[in-house]
Amino acid sequence: MSTVIDAVQFLLDPANWTGPRGILSRTWAHLWVSIVAVTISAAVAIPSAIWLAHRRRLPNVSVALVNLGRAIPSFAIIALVLPFSIRFGFGLGFWPTCIALVALGIPPMFTNAYSGVAETPDHLTEAAAGIGMTGPQVLRKLELPSAVPLLVTGVRISAVQIIATATLGAVVGYECLGTYIVAGLARGAAGRPQVLAGAVLVAALALLADLLLDHLQRRLTPWNTQQLR
Amino acid sequence: MIADERRGLIWWGWVGDHLDDIWQRTVEHVQLTAIALVVGCLISFALALLAVRVRWTYAPIRRVASILYTIPSLALFALLIPFTGLGMVTAEIALVSYTILILVSNTVAGLDAVPASVKEAADGMGYTPRRRLLRVELPLALPTIIAGIRIASVTVIGLVTVAALIGSGGYGVLIEDGLRRSFPTPIVVGAVLSVTLALLVDGGLALLQRLLTPWRRAERGGRELAT
Repeated sequence: MSTVIDAVQFLLDPANWTGPRGILSRTWAHLWVSIVAVTISAAVAIPSAIWLAHRRRLPNVSVALVNLGRAIPSFAIIALVLPFSIRFGFGLGFWPTCIALVALGIPPMFTNAYSGVAETPDHLTEAAAGIGMTGPQVLRKLELPSAVPLLVTGVRISAVQIIATATLGAVVGYECLGTYIVAGLARGAAGRPQVLAGAVLVAALALLADLLLDHLQRRLTPWNTQQLR
Repeated sequence: MIADERRGLIWWGWVGDHLDDIWQRTVEHVQLTAIALVVGCLISFALALLAVRVRWTYAPIRRVASILYTIPSLALFALLIPFTGLGMVTAEIALVSYTILILVSNTVAGLDAVPASVKEAADGMGYTPRRRLLRVELPLALPTIIAGIRIASVTVIGLVTVAALIGSGGYGVLIEDGLRRSFPTPIVVGAVLSVTLALLVDGGLALLQRLLTPWRRAERGGRELAT
């Protein structure tokens, strides 16, 4: 029980919240790498998925990508990126974490964007072509609007996973909320309260992000009844 | 010379020298996964049956399961350490809790999808509720249930690698070892074997589903849960 009390004391001590290694700056670092990773993943995954789905090309890729994305452990990706990051001059910390998070974030965004566009009913796309719409017009006026709910769902799922997994960045020396857990574990029994406090902070951040993004999604696409999780 | 070999993506000399170690990690990884899946299935099936019978329990069950699912793995392991210490018990509790959302959702979805006419026909033929569940509803729900087990097993196999950080063995030990020494070979071995194991188990379960439900072609189930 003393671990719990010490952890609570750690969290209640204002000195632990401020300063360059404090909770606030580590929370921001945690969010910052996540924001960068979500942005890069979206920039890579969404346009390519939309283009391929519009052409109805490679329909099995999105399924395979999700299965593979789930099978490759994120811990392994972070660990694998590290030696290359060091060799190519990106160093420890931010970049290996970010690259791994991008790899993790791409599959849900890609698959959802792809299904959103590709699952536009055939009779609608045929009708659109029948009234003389060109390919780009079909994409812009029909397929993209009907893909929006799934697209937003994909971004939300990726973002939640990325924020959760950024915790593991601590293992490759990125100072984020996971650092309390990793550094605490390295200190053995003396580090236990710090481990617990870090775990509470990480869990709270992940749950809060999930809640906020879910709320945001409902605001953005209130007509979305289809919840792909 | 050795330094050059060490820097490469994989150094087969190391792999050859450490086959015993790699095998031991494989056994640990399979054990951790198997225990988590069996316990997860037992708990989830019980919860799913409860949710189907007493409908209002479904929403709170899902809510709790989804909170557990959202907590990052490292944090969930760490949250449990003060209570269950380092090692296997802590790892299993966390791993089991990740399976529940997927397994409960798919089991309930599978049971819900059994057509009412089929259930009425079974009742009309004099099936008791228990017999109807075992002989009619479960077989029809099986493809969706197995789809859930496939997603859960692939997820668990990936998460077991993280469990090495709290000292519970498995391929994560190789990854952690490689990280600590900036030595890519064990990282690659651990990652590749973990992915291979996940794909093997996934394929094996897909085959099992085909064998168990010969009356319908294997479908790509569980898509609504594709995360």
